[in-house]
Amino acid sequence: MSVKIALAGNPNCGKTTLFNGLTGSNQFVGNWPGVTVEKKEGRLKGKKDVIIMDLPGIYSLSPYTLEEVVARNYLIGERPDAIINIVDGTNIERNLYLSTQLMELGIPVLMAVNMMDVVEKSGDKINVSKLSESLGCEVVEISALKGTGIMKAAERAVALANQKKAAPKVHKFAVRVENVLEAVENKLGSDIPEEQKRFFAVKLLEKDDKIGEQMKNVPDVSMEIALLEKEMEDDTESIITNERYVYISSIIDQCCTKAGKETLTKSDKIDKVVTNRWLALPVFALVMILVYTVSVTTVGAWATDWANDGVFGDGWSLFGLEIPGIPVLVEGVLDAVSCADWLKGLILDGIVAGVGAVLGFVPQMLVLFIFLAFLEACGYMARVAFIMDRIFRKFGLSGKSFIPMLIGSGCGVPGVMASRTIENDRDRKMTIMTTTFVPCGAKLPIIALIAGALFGGAWWVAPSAYFVGIAAIICSGIILKKTKMFAGDPAPFVMELPAYHMPTAGNVLRSMWERGWSFIKKAGTIILLSTIVLWFLMSFGWSEGSFGMLEAQQLDSSILAALGGIFAPLFAPLGWGDWKMAVAAITGLIAKENVVGTIGILFGVAEVAEDGAEIWEQLAVSMSAIAAYSFLVFNLLCAPCFAAMGAIKREMNNTKWFWFAIGYQTVLAYAVSLCVYQIGMLCSSGIFGIGTVAAFLLVIGFIYLLFRPYKESAALKVNMKKAAVGTK
Amino acid sequence: MKTLKEISCGETVKVTKLTGEGPVRRRIMDMGITKGVEVFVRKVAPLGDPVEVTVRGYELSLRKADAEMIQVE
Repeated sequence: MSVKIALAGNPNCGKTTLFNGLTGSNQFVGNWPGVTVEKKEGRLKGKKDVIIMDLPGIYSLSPYTLEEVVARNYLIGERPDAIINIVDGTNIERNLYLSTQLMELGIPVLMAVNMMDVVEKSGDKINVSKLSESLGCEVVEISALKGTGIMKAAERAVALANQKKAAPKVHKFAVRVENVLEAVENKLGSDIPEEQKRFFAVKLLEKDDKIGEQMKNVPDVSMEIALLEKEMEDDTESIITNERYVYISSIIDQCCTKAGKETLTKSDKIDKVVTNRWLALPVFALVMILVYTVSVTTVGAWATDWANDGVFGDGWSLFGLEIPGIPVLVEGVLDAVSCADWLKGLILDGIVAGVGAVLGFVPQMLVLFIFLAFLEACGYMARVAFIMDRIFRKFGLSGKSFIPMLIGSGCGVPGVMASRTIENDRDRKMTIMTTTFVPCGAKLPIIALIAGALFGGAWWVAPSAYFVGIAAIICSGIILKKTKMFAGDPAPFVMELPAYHMPTAGNVLRSMWERGWSFIKKAGTIILLSTIVLWFLMSFGWSEGSFGMLEAQQLDSSILAALGGIFAPLFAPLGWGDWKMAVAAITGLIAKENVVGTIGILFGVAEVAEDGAEIWEQLAVSMSAIAAYSFLVFNLLCAPCFAAMGAIKREMNNTKWFWFAIGYQTVLAYAVSLCVYQIGMLCSSGIFGIGTVAAFLLVIGFIYLLFRPYKESAALKVNMKKAAVGTK
Repeated sequence: MKTLKEISCGETVKVTKLTGEGPVRRRIMDMGITKGVEVFVRKVAPLGDPVEVTVRGYELSLRKADAEMIQVE
């Protein structure tokens, strides 16, 4: 018989550290079904039959955030054998608020008071035995960071689980409230076990909109609610919250003694500088410059170059020792066994290139993830949200969206992955959808090509590309937050600013590895598959009357070229109905810098420089400046490369949302390019046609979407049945 | 009646009532801002919003628009 123990507690209370300490490397990381909330399960060190379930960090069991709903569904539906409630000893008052709710669930609770070493150092005292007495549950002292007391805590929890009985509740609210609660409890049907009755009664009184879905019959308690509200001149939700905090204050008075004089803690001193009214922005800029330079321009760039051009390229040298790249090695082996050309092509340009596309991003991503894990664990990430909130919330984004967008200007793949630091589901999805609008490093060659070929290298082309990207983010934010898909979920910004502390190297590295691995696993498949499919479309076709494999220069007779011909009319209203440009845009899906190379091949130049200088003249003849700019805008905004799409798929963790994101990006790109071309043509040469009308209609529709009124919803839209538990 | 929004930095006030409804109000209460509790307004973010307050011994940040729901004295 295995024992299941749930780990519950507030965010920032050391829950992850405790979980890592208890389970070591016996962990399984996944997602709760149907939602993007991370789910971690592990086995207790040395005890294979004890399963530890790490619940999301929550402040309450209210029905308003995804994390809270996931946690309470698990606790009610799955009924673990015991709960370890981890409590931050340095912030015990608010932490106990969740505890009072956990104890109503009728599950045995062991309270682990964490950071006891910090508490003792500050001179404060927590009388644990008295706390245990007044709460009616067992209490142990631990320090998750130092690992003291944690195994004892686990043993006690297992013992409690084996008793299978929750301790009788001792906490009581005011008599008037208790009387009403009792009346509600008596109305509950027999499907609710005795020990859970109080939890359900409280939720019914609070007018919780999600609790009904977990009961067979929902009794009508409006009478009781009305009675209580009239008697106490407040609404029931406030009354119950108040009662909890009044009860907690009475416990704190008995069990805790403060050191006395208010001294500034180390954390307060750091914050005096870091979130100072005048210094906050410069400090923030410095931190961001550091993150950007290391993870994008220096170490990150070396890592990417090493992985892409070395390991998955021609080779690299280690202390003077020349190590050939994987493609070179594979090619050697294939040549030695005189492999068929098509198989060699599939293996080298399809599979090896695909694997390279996945793994090539990993080193840089790991560098970035170390930073993110550090910033999160030390407490600065919450300050980033605090500092940047004012700007970003206007577009339905979080202050924390700044980092994904900044990283996205280097590469969209780690940018999208960086959105993981945003807790709020809506803000995170919005960030994922808009991050790739920022022109990434691989889009710069396209900008250089268009600027050089059609605009004589005009200085304003590149800045205008960034302007288009940023405008797309801002407008998308405003438009999307009003759509049905986003307006649904409330996003209160009432956020704890946790005390700063030094994270352990182990936790930072573990977090880095978990995120890196999830990219390889979840994003890898889609990247690999799409690379192989596109390789096939590009290297097979009809030449000299028969179907077969083509030389690289024969791209114009490939299946892809034929497809380009079919799709080209679709792009005619955008000004570049030429199949060559359509094909170039499609090959851009492998990597955006491919666009330039493809155009080169299609214009008859086998190898072009990064900015395609060899074909500038030819390109200038073949299309107008406005059409070229429309092409540029389309490539900037449309679906990103496969690697970034893989990252989007991974972070959305939902097929519908993935397609919604890609579809939105492509439709937006099409609409904006259409407007650019049609209105541009009208202004420059006075051409007016159906396309112009369509462009003006689009502009009007766009303005309507931007300015239409909307109202934020008050309830969390989540399918309880789907989000409900499932621990397999 | 004053709201928390109008309180300047460095002042300590006592919460008398929470107005409004829905998730934001519940969240504010869950975080410990309930009737009778003392709130110290610590600082304002560099761009003027949100504010940082100390309540029940820890640091909390909330937007001015939400602070308007909190009546104080």
